[in-house]
Amino acid sequence: MDAIYKLIQHYAPKIPDLLALALAVLLPIAIVMGVFLTVFALLTWVERKALGRIQNRRGPNRVGPVGLFQPVADGLKLLTKEDIVPAAADKVVHFLAPVLTVVPAFMVLAVVPVAKGFVPVDLNIGVLFALAVSTGSVLALFMAGWASRNKFSLLGAMRSVAQVVSYEVPMVMAAVVILMAAGTLSSVGIVEAQRGLAGWFVFKPWGLVAFVIFQLCAMAEVARTPFDLPEAESEIVAGYHTEYSGFKFALFQMGEYVAAITMGGITVTMFLGGYLGPGSDLPKIGWLVSAGWFFAKLGIIVVINIWARGTWPRVRVDQLLGFAWKLLLPLALVNIVAMAIWHFASNKLVGWGASAVVLAVAIVALVKINTGQTFEKRSYRFIS
Amino acid sequence: MDVCGVSNFNVFPCVNDPYLTQYLFVAVFVLVAVLFPLVPLALVRVLAPRKPSPTKNATYECGLVSKGDSWIQFRAGYYLYALVYVIFAVETIFLYPWAVAFGGLSFGAFVAMMVFVLLLVEGLVYAWAKGALDWK
Repeated sequence: MDAIYKLIQHYAPKIPDLLALALAVLLPIAIVMGVFLTVFALLTWVERKALGRIQNRRGPNRVGPVGLFQPVADGLKLLTKEDIVPAAADKVVHFLAPVLTVVPAFMVLAVVPVAKGFVPVDLNIGVLFALAVSTGSVLALFMAGWASRNKFSLLGAMRSVAQVVSYEVPMVMAAVVILMAAGTLSSVGIVEAQRGLAGWFVFKPWGLVAFVIFQLCAMAEVARTPFDLPEAESEIVAGYHTEYSGFKFALFQMGEYVAAITMGGITVTMFLGGYLGPGSDLPKIGWLVSAGWFFAKLGIIVVINIWARGTWPRVRVDQLLGFAWKLLLPLALVNIVAMAIWHFASNKLVGWGASAVVLAVAIVALVKINTGQTFEKRSYRFIS
Repeated sequence: MDVCGVSNFNVFPCVNDPYLTQYLFVAVFVLVAVLFPLVPLALVRVLAPRKPSPTKNATYECGLVSKGDSWIQFRAGYYLYALVYVIFAVETIFLYPWAVAFGGLSFGAFVAMMVFVLLLVEGLVYAWAKGALDWK
């Protein structure tokens, strides 16, 4: 934003200072929000198309070419729908909850470096800011569930709190190894630390494990389908947004999708080298190439999300919580040790192998501990 | 042009502290993010029809009348998870500065932190052994 301010002063020195100031502040916000809202609209279309294909049907294909204007039609339709507020609900909280769900989703955007030299604000605690702010959505979900005064809503809210709180822990612990390697919390600094051939953190054994943990936790955090217990329609109608209709419902959907995209952006930044890629340092068009790399990588994460949604059935509550506490969390802690082995090893190749072995042993042991208890030797009785 | 009598490159002319500039920007971002959903909700007020009726505004319960209040005490299982979460959330506060400084630390510093982490893992193992992590 400093750069934009200087640009404005350079090219249009006649502009009053206050206006230049307003432009310099609001322009980056408008750009990131505009870009990510477009991505969000496209994502809803891509997701419905992809899910359609997975389920052997066509998906939206009526509005516009290949159904491309479906998101616009959805938005307009939801704008003109009646907004029903249950008589028993807590009106104020019922109104505030959908507003609050989209705020944390957008706030994370403030620290995502979208292209080389373009990040709305390069906080020196960027990643911590993103992780802390993204958790704020759980407050909104609980407000929604509680204010609706509906048993389904309350159950959904309870589940979402338990789920987000549980998955926050392995997520934060998985991020620790990245900070150890990069030596900074700034999102731009983390991207710059991944320069070089195979420099992306996902190409290291500890980085790969952290990436898988982080990605799973990000999916659970925004309640995407294998982990969508808070809104399990076969059990509790629609969970926390049972009592929401019209545009408030749309805001919940928007919050969920934008959060999925922005968490994907954080994942790309931390593990997949952010905007780095061949040609991202070119003098004139570097910013465009780097933005292309960022969104290509974001696309990969989005496809993983959709694919997982189309492939896996929903997990049970006990499986969900056990998975976070008994598998992902211990694994994330072992991962810190593996990173330290990699760091302190005299030879990089030895460090690579040793950390990989430690992680493999840990994964096998943890899976054994977690599944070993449920299998018992079957006893057969034959009738002769 | 000089607004505050100080010439500087800051976006916010009256603020010389770079941290404050950044967080002022974040504050503006929060404001925009809050206003953004309010605009369509105001539009809904104008566009959408409003025909409330007692049946329509009743609590949703698959066609039945809802029995009893839903603002009730809930099971303690959730509370146990929240307690374990707090332990690890506090650990994070100690772990992150250490992780950022890790590149310049000695092996001894690493061992010291691992001892601290192990103390908390002990808590996790205790909760696990007690069955607090099992959903019943």
